[in-house]
Amino acid sequence: MIRFILTKLGLLIPTFLGVTLVAFSFIRMLPGDPVELLAGERGVSPERHAELMATLGFDKPLWEQYFSFLVGILHGDLGTSFSSKQPVLEEFFVRFPATIELATCAIIFAALIGLPAGIVAAVKRGSAFDHTLMGISLTGYSMPIFWWGLLLIILFSSPDMLNLTPVSGRISALFWVDTQTGFMLIDSLLSDEKGAFKSAAAHLVLPTIVLGTIPMAIIARQTRSAMLEILGEDYVRTAKAKGLSPFRIVGIHALRNALITVITVIGLQVGVLLAGAILTETIFSWPGIGKWMIDSISRRDYFAVQGGIVLIASIVMLVNLLVDFMYGLINPRILHRRS
Amino acid sequence: MSQVQNTLDQNETPQTEAPKPISPFRQQMREFWFYFSENKGAVAGLFFFLFVVLVAVFADVIAPHSPIEQYRDFILIPPAWQEGGNAEFLLGTDPVGRDLLSRLMHGARFSLYAGCIVIVISLSIGVMLGLSAGFFRGMYETIVMRVMDVILSIPSLLMALVLVAILGPGLRNAMIAISITYLPHYVRLARASAVAESARDYVTASRVAGAGTWRLMCITILPNCMAPLIVQASLSFSTAILDTAALGFLGMGAQPPASEWGTMLAEAREFILSAWWVVTFPGVAILLTVLSINLMGDGLRDALDPKMKRS
Repeated sequence: MIRFILTKLGLLIPTFLGVTLVAFSFIRMLPGDPVELLAGERGVSPERHAELMATLGFDKPLWEQYFSFLVGILHGDLGTSFSSKQPVLEEFFVRFPATIELATCAIIFAALIGLPAGIVAAVKRGSAFDHTLMGISLTGYSMPIFWWGLLLIILFSSPDMLNLTPVSGRISALFWVDTQTGFMLIDSLLSDEKGAFKSAAAHLVLPTIVLGTIPMAIIARQTRSAMLEILGEDYVRTAKAKGLSPFRIVGIHALRNALITVITVIGLQVGVLLAGAILTETIFSWPGIGKWMIDSISRRDYFAVQGGIVLIASIVMLVNLLVDFMYGLINPRILHRRS
Repeated sequence: MSQVQNTLDQNETPQTEAPKPISPFRQQMREFWFYFSENKGAVAGLFFFLFVVLVAVFADVIAPHSPIEQYRDFILIPPAWQEGGNAEFLLGTDPVGRDLLSRLMHGARFSLYAGCIVIVISLSIGVMLGLSAGFFRGMYETIVMRVMDVILSIPSLLMALVLVAILGPGLRNAMIAISITYLPHYVRLARASAVAESARDYVTASRVAGAGTWRLMCITILPNCMAPLIVQASLSFSTAILDTAALGFLGMGAQPPASEWGTMLAEAREFILSAWWVVTFPGVAILLTVLSINLMGDGLRDALDPKMKRS
């Protein structure tokens, strides 16, 4: 097991170095001069320009800049954001819980609906339910989520229609909740303010649906095909012949094996979720890393973009590693084959 | 494969008395259509997609108005069937008085064009990289595959956004950026098939017969790797349309006044509570187009992927 993890970790190192190199070269390819951007419309004298370039480290040779960037990463220093003058790492972790909260809710929502739907569709293969469900999930898979968000806002938040849910932010401005964990649902529960939790939950509803739609469709489709494959296996027939109840066969014998595929699929949604978070957070003004990245890119905030790419890619890589690890845990055959 | 063809022949012989010898290509097409048409959704998707293609091709002729002409007296007119609607503007007008229907028709061009270009770029470069990696192996393969891992570990939309920021916003650069983010899928597929195929006897035979590297790669191996690549291409055609629209929506894709669907949505965003039609219709257009392509993709997979074929 340990060897399995170590090999996987070893494979990650070149990819991580590649990501840092990509992030580093990307921001140096961005058009425009960092110092002039910093100075804004006032402009800057040539001497001051050179001085600023030197303090930012842009005057050194590229390889030296890259090397100090790498050393910085190892020390947990990703530079300072231009616009907020805060360390990039701090900026990132202030916003990260908001995205995690949203993504977790979205994946739970997606799995809660997608898993049972896929199982029932597989068991009732060819039925009207199966066809309807697969139609819906393909529609969900084809959904332009930025439009889906706008549509839901029209339906649920417009004063003319249902007027049920708020449109933007994480909590109503009426409440002041101390940041303890960074997760608004938990923080609002811990606070004494009445109605704060309800407000936070109401703010989460639409973004969760929007972000969860595509993963839900993928989970439903993959669960169905994994279940179909397993329901045709010999041991399922044996279980039937033994006279086990259909509930036990599907729920215990088949589902356990189908979960191997499904967990991998859920794990692979992390990249989808982070990309979707960029759009979802923009539509709902959700103060997470997706919106932060978009704002940083449009502000040409060099170090924020550079650090953000490295951090987000690291999260994706770590989750993929975790999925591999889980995969080995659920399906011991994989571990044994390697060692 | 031959088994499948046998059953096919058996199915078809009773209908035609004396089957004429048909060319292998037509035989293949017939087999393909046999499996494809079994999937009703795929056929429906195909017809809707052909409809979109026709609209895009003949947009100049069939669109009732110019997509950029502003009718200043008809600003934000609701669709014709609603109160205050005007039969001249069937789906209503946008905030500067342009006809929505005409803009949607012209918008089909941008989406289909972007989808095609993205596939052509990512498929051709991806297949070349993947085939050569699977063929030459060694250090070259390691480098190519690690680079693809790097691209895969950065979420595609983020990658595309940064690339567009470097290249400058616009439809062309958006297409280039999206193509790059799709590369790894093709490279991985092509490499895997190439590795599997190059160990087969027919490749060795061809090599012994003196075939050169180029011939081995492109003429001997490539045609046998095509099925999964075509399925992947149909999938990325739909995601390319979605991503182009997403970049347009974020202001990094096609620039106004282009009637690209995502860009139209971005312009309409502030009217979402007052004029539902400017927000709804472009999205419906994107959704239906993407859905029809995905339906077709499902049918393609049933017809092309031998592993998925029902025995």
